[in-house]
Amino acid sequence: MRGESRWRALATVALVLAGAPAYSQIAIRGETVYTMAGPALKDGVVLVKDGKIEKVGAGLEVPAGYRERRARVVTPGLIDAHTVVGLTGYLNQPQDQDQLEPSAPIQPELRAIDAYNPEERLVAWLRGFGVTTIHTGHGPGALVSGQTMIAKTRGKDVDAAVVVPVAMVAATLGSGARTTEEGKSPGTRAKAIALLRAELIKAQEYASKRETAEKGKEPERSLRLEALGAVLRGEAPLLVTVHRANDIVTALRVAQEFKVRLVLDGAAEAYLVKDQIRKAGVSVIVHPTMARDFGETENMSKETAAILRRSGIRVALQSGFESYVPKTRVVLFEAAAAAAYGLTFEEALAAITIDAARVLGIEKRVGSIEPGKDADLALYDGDPFAWTSHCVGTVIQGEVVSEGAN
Amino acid sequence: MTVLAAAFALAAPLAVAQEKPQAFLGARIIPITGPEIGNGVLVVHGGKIVSVGPEGTRIPEGAVRVDLSGKVLMPGLVDTHSHVGSVEGADASAPLQPDVRALDAIDVRDPRLLKARAGGITTVNVMPGSGHLLSGQTVYLKLREGSVVEDLLLPNPKTGLLGGMKMANGTNSRRKPPFPGTRAKSAALVREQYVKAQEYRQKIKDAGDDPKKLPARDLGMEGLLEVMDGKRMVHHHTHRHDDIVTVLRLQKEFGFRVTLHHVSEAWKVADEIAAAGVACSIINVDSPGGKLETMDLAWKTGAVLEKAGVLVGFHTDDPITESRFFLRSAGLAVRAGMSREKALYGLTQAGAIILDLEDRIGSLAPGKDADFLVLSGDPLDYRTHVLETWVEGAKVFDLSREKDRLYAVGGYGAGHGQPPSAHLCGDFEDEEQGR
Repeated sequence: MRGESRWRALATVALVLAGAPAYSQIAIRGETVYTMAGPALKDGVVLVKDGKIEKVGAGLEVPAGYRERRARVVTPGLIDAHTVVGLTGYLNQPQDQDQLEPSAPIQPELRAIDAYNPEERLVAWLRGFGVTTIHTGHGPGALVSGQTMIAKTRGKDVDAAVVVPVAMVAATLGSGARTTEEGKSPGTRAKAIALLRAELIKAQEYASKRETAEKGKEPERSLRLEALGAVLRGEAPLLVTVHRANDIVTALRVAQEFKVRLVLDGAAEAYLVKDQIRKAGVSVIVHPTMARDFGETENMSKETAAILRRSGIRVALQSGFESYVPKTRVVLFEAAAAAAYGLTFEEALAAITIDAARVLGIEKRVGSIEPGKDADLALYDGDPFAWTSHCVGTVIQGEVVSEGAN
Repeated sequence: MTVLAAAFALAAPLAVAQEKPQAFLGARIIPITGPEIGNGVLVVHGGKIVSVGPEGTRIPEGAVRVDLSGKVLMPGLVDTHSHVGSVEGADASAPLQPDVRALDAIDVRDPRLLKARAGGITTVNVMPGSGHLLSGQTVYLKLREGSVVEDLLLPNPKTGLLGGMKMANGTNSRRKPPFPGTRAKSAALVREQYVKAQEYRQKIKDAGDDPKKLPARDLGMEGLLEVMDGKRMVHHHTHRHDDIVTVLRLQKEFGFRVTLHHVSEAWKVADEIAAAGVACSIINVDSPGGKLETMDLAWKTGAVLEKAGVLVGFHTDDPITESRFFLRSAGLAVRAGMSREKALYGLTQAGAIILDLEDRIGSLAPGKDADFLVLSGDPLDYRTHVLETWVEGAKVFDLSREKDRLYAVGGYGAGHGQPPSAHLCGDFEDEEQGR
């Protein structure tokens, strides 16, 4: 499995590069601490050492040598389960828009790590509201637009920021995948699926030939088919941005045929086919609660996250992709809106912390305040969801990366 | 009710003000132009507010009493800048088109307009877009139930005019000729039109009593004269601080009345705006950028303008922000330092002043239109829902009605407007379901 070992090697290199600078010992004390690993703690204390959470509990005594910081409310660092910031920039000019390469409909070989700008102002903007982890990368708008990555919202270069260099491969179904250019494909839904299936079959055959061929007789390397190989092996889920119920069912059909791990993204009409989604065991990264209800999202509901969750489907929330103004949304606010439309406070918070971590497969490292996990924390001066509260501090791996009152 | 009877009902709007006075009791009332009332009484009759006061306020004999204990009551929201109603304005033929009326392009069954009602908006300035230096005459709508745009009009009581004039500068209106390619050219094209209008006026004056000497009627010039005479407010899209100052410069030269809209960088020139005595209508979006002129957009704009003494209203710019989250715009302004009082004022009375309708709407005061909202909680609490929207004493939105809830929350069908018969035959439909 030459392909697999190479993907793993890449991941390992990135994790080593993300290695921590020297951290001091800090203690974060919150009037309320939502650990997301049990009931909320009153007078909770989080002890942080070497970038990791050392200990958490109510009324803990702070040992000598720990710098103490206080806040009304402390939560795990927020996780934006799907964005494009870092590939898309706030200027919205051609030079800072790298989320979509329109030259071909299927380009899974495009790596997010080759395009991510950790110093993009929108990354700092999200960090200022307590967002510490983002799942970002190639955007919607092509049948297969490229890879995504998971990063911390800090670091001067991509290697310092990255958590998972190849998180998923991004695809779009429905009208967003179609081209209107004369003589070009895909021009219809059915053609898009035919193209996608043909490419996945090619990737299956390629993998099998590379493995079984005699030395020296292997097919030429194909970055494209290797990237799809990672999807076929289940190493990288297929992230499918899709809104209409019939297109969601199509995504499930293709995923079942090729036994790929599927994550549904957007999913405006998911409430119509929730039984099928639950049976398939697929997670949904629901569109922003305040997304615009136009075109394929015209039937979106602000209660979708709640409806899916009640149906036993794992949901996370996202800031999504914005082509104009605002250039990004903020998951904190989208969760707040979802908390007004059917989710409880803690369910909405879970959708941008521990549940988002589970959907992204990084729950062993982030998403809750538990000993051994990364010391990623968000500090607020009141109910984090309140329009008039502020994020007063963001901590990533034990380092205070944002202060003030945002 | 038979279909035939339903057809006869076409003559009268469905939601009409009750014949009898109505008294709303027990709510916390936020009148805007007076202090909040803990356990208040609002009396309305004939579409107007009769009285607003504390517990014990006189309730007329025979009034229908409505218990609103635990609820919050405030004036209907005034959105000073929106694109609901599938509005269109100028076309691509010229950068300034003062002859074009939004009035002639409104679909009152547009789902976005129904969603605005669900968001608590009762009065809205519907504008053409910002891709022109001047994209047309705007129209002020009262979100009554109605089957044609005429049912929703809100003429100015003094002038009879139906709206303002939409103008823009900065980058949106920079395009290929005949549109301007630079900021200086933009200003030159605008000045040229206003000079023409001055000359047109002179010709009318010179004609004296002789109709034969009158210039040929020019719809665009007529529109600009209304602007220069102060009868028609200019609603001016402008973002960058230098563009804001350019608007003030032209305003001084030609004497039109103007409200500055969006004003992403107003926080840089707040004193200049205050000195010019013009109002601002602001929008709060969730991040800066998206285009070059909003790079420095900041939520503190409301607070900075308030401190400088500028009248501050809000707008949705729907679909830029969503009508159902209009209250949130004020919430974000408070987050960045604006006072709660001025933020709520900005959603209501300030908007009324900006639309020259402050004698009629914007606050809960005797004699004003009975436009109000029943809220489940504080208007600036993220968990609060608009439960009911009332316009001129008639309930036009009720979250407990399934068909209204669809437009409030979303779901299958929310992207489509009401079919032409649906709202007119609403009672008929309800009866059908009840059988």
